[in-house]
Amino acid sequence: MDLRDTPEEAAFRAELRTWLDDNLPEERRGRRGGEQRFGDEFGRDWSRKLHEAGYAGLTWPKEYGGAGAPYSFQAIFYEETTRAQAPSHVGVIGLGMAGPTIMTHGTEEQKQAHLSKILSAEEIWCQGFSEPDAGSDLAAARTRMERRGDVYVVNGQKVWSSFAHIADWCILIGLSDPDAPRYKGLSYMIVDMRSPGVEVRPLRQITGEAEFNEIFFTDVEVPAENLLAEEGQGWQVAMTTLLHERGTLGFALTAALEVGVDRLIAVARERANGDAVARDRVAQEWIELQALRYTNYRSLGTYQRTGIPGPEGSAIKLRWSEQNQRMTKLGRELLGEEGILDDGWWHYQQLRSRGNTIEAGTSEVLRNIVAERVLGLPKGR
Amino acid sequence: MDFALTEEQQELKSAARAWLSERYPLDRDWDGPQDDRWAELAELGWLGVSVSEEEGGVGLGFVEEALILEEMGYALYPGPYLATVGFALAALGPEDRAAVAAGTTRWSVEVNGLTPWLGSVDMVVDMEGLAQPARGEELVTVDPSRPLGRLEHTNGTPLPGPRHIARARTAMAAEAVGVAQRVLELGVEHASTRTQFGKPIGVYQAVSHQLTDTYCDVELARSLVYWAAWCVAEDDEQAPVAAAAAKAFAAEAAVAACERSIQVHGGTGFTWEHPLHRFYKRALWLEGVGSRPDELRLEIADELLGVTVPV
Repeated sequence: MDLRDTPEEAAFRAELRTWLDDNLPEERRGRRGGEQRFGDEFGRDWSRKLHEAGYAGLTWPKEYGGAGAPYSFQAIFYEETTRAQAPSHVGVIGLGMAGPTIMTHGTEEQKQAHLSKILSAEEIWCQGFSEPDAGSDLAAARTRMERRGDVYVVNGQKVWSSFAHIADWCILIGLSDPDAPRYKGLSYMIVDMRSPGVEVRPLRQITGEAEFNEIFFTDVEVPAENLLAEEGQGWQVAMTTLLHERGTLGFALTAALEVGVDRLIAVARERANGDAVARDRVAQEWIELQALRYTNYRSLGTYQRTGIPGPEGSAIKLRWSEQNQRMTKLGRELLGEEGILDDGWWHYQQLRSRGNTIEAGTSEVLRNIVAERVLGLPKGR
Repeated sequence: MDFALTEEQQELKSAARAWLSERYPLDRDWDGPQDDRWAELAELGWLGVSVSEEEGGVGLGFVEEALILEEMGYALYPGPYLATVGFALAALGPEDRAAVAAGTTRWSVEVNGLTPWLGSVDMVVDMEGLAQPARGEELVTVDPSRPLGRLEHTNGTPLPGPRHIARARTAMAAEAVGVAQRVLELGVEHASTRTQFGKPIGVYQAVSHQLTDTYCDVELARSLVYWAAWCVAEDDEQAPVAAAAAKAFAAEAAVAACERSIQVHGGTGFTWEHPLHRFYKRALWLEGVGSRPDELRLEIADELLGVTVPV
């Protein structure tokens, strides 16, 4: 057990800091997220730069254009880029979900065609999982995938799909055999978003911005070779995607939270002098931030050894989301009237944080996952 | 950067779990006197884990001691290991350390004017950091295995080391994690086997989500404890805040874990016969001795925000 960087880790961290200082324009630091993640060309340029410097796909195998580095390097990358308040790579769905899924279940042709383009941000990916009537219950997906000769004809509607309006490709789960038992009728394919019949409509959220979208598929023809694994194995493939969603995500989440807690401390220095109640609450947020940070470090050990994120990832996401809501509320409260001004960072962050306990697994579903898979409690379904 | 337990640390933790569960089972005679098996602890080397080999110890560090303390919380070990190793050891010189490792002297430390285990230890580090023979009146606490005493002060003898508050707080936090882990397991076991309305009650989310919240608390508390233990062992400058954070969070987590587990057990959890209340009382003791969680948080706030100044 040692919390210090190894010499290799320290060298990587130092090199990355220098690179960020040299390459990240001052005016691009500390943007509040949301729409600017998508709308603007800087995102792709920045992502390409990250790739050229070797920072995209740090843990991916070298044969697919990655750096083949240990997971601790990925963790350091999240820590340092967040502390520098750098924008993230726009290909988060490709890097964190589509890429690892293609690596596990894809054919050699699919790997060659897509993996390096995900790293370089030539291909932006989105995720077609949730539907209006299949949210937490993903196995209820009804988007039809009907085999006709060499193609599947896809009809249906997906929702809550981040990046869909700028995406080139989509990882899609749907129903290929309506008569099969639950889970067995699902298939998983990759779909070119420029195919005729694909329509994307942005959804405006409570912050006023559109981060995610609805996707409509009307008689979209998808080549049969775009299936991942076999027809009917969609559920297993989707589980790979969701497993990787939580990989080293905890580090990214915690690093973002640290930026918030640092700001909170700065606000409290001004506003909480002599206010023991507020000081207690600020200290509580700091304590829980440290608790999340060192839980990440502990789970990293398991991840390094097995390559599979442990189930404690669900606990980290769960507690992170609840803490981010508390923390942003506290910062906004401490600022009084200033905290509700429309262009304020805190007011925006507090509104945005309400999505944290819903996106990427609602807190209710995550608690069920922990209850059943970690604690071994009997299944309710 | 590797924050996982090493193989040796895991083995030590498993060995402690096995030894303690054999000797301190849940169906023990709780209300009778409990043997602290001090000579056996000395033989196992656990009294001298962080004492050097020249002084008759094992030559490991405080992280390993924290792991044993966690297991002592899990088993509700009754003796003054926490006081001797967790509280007092850092204040002692070479001869006293050797005597602790050999199992010949038990120590405690005076905390806010009261001394845990006053009647069952030999020596006490008082509020001034002086060594005192353990004499005085003893008071029963919520946890009968852990009385607090009013020390009769003599002139005392100076000691070479400090009253190491960060070490003591981390030691208590480590026990609290063990307590919380155990009552979580008891809750899960009950929710998996107790059937109502034709189903094990663990299928109901109103029950299972309480246990899930305990699980999250335990994992976060454990991370804080290992961080604090590492800081103490390495003499890291963050040791004081890490220890304050660990104690504040772990003590509250343990109390809440017990309360949820009692609730999940229904009427059974409220009986004297069921061991849950013993864990609850240990958690309350750990929360109540030393600084309260809100005092600890205000200490941390002073560190983060600067000390409050009059306006």
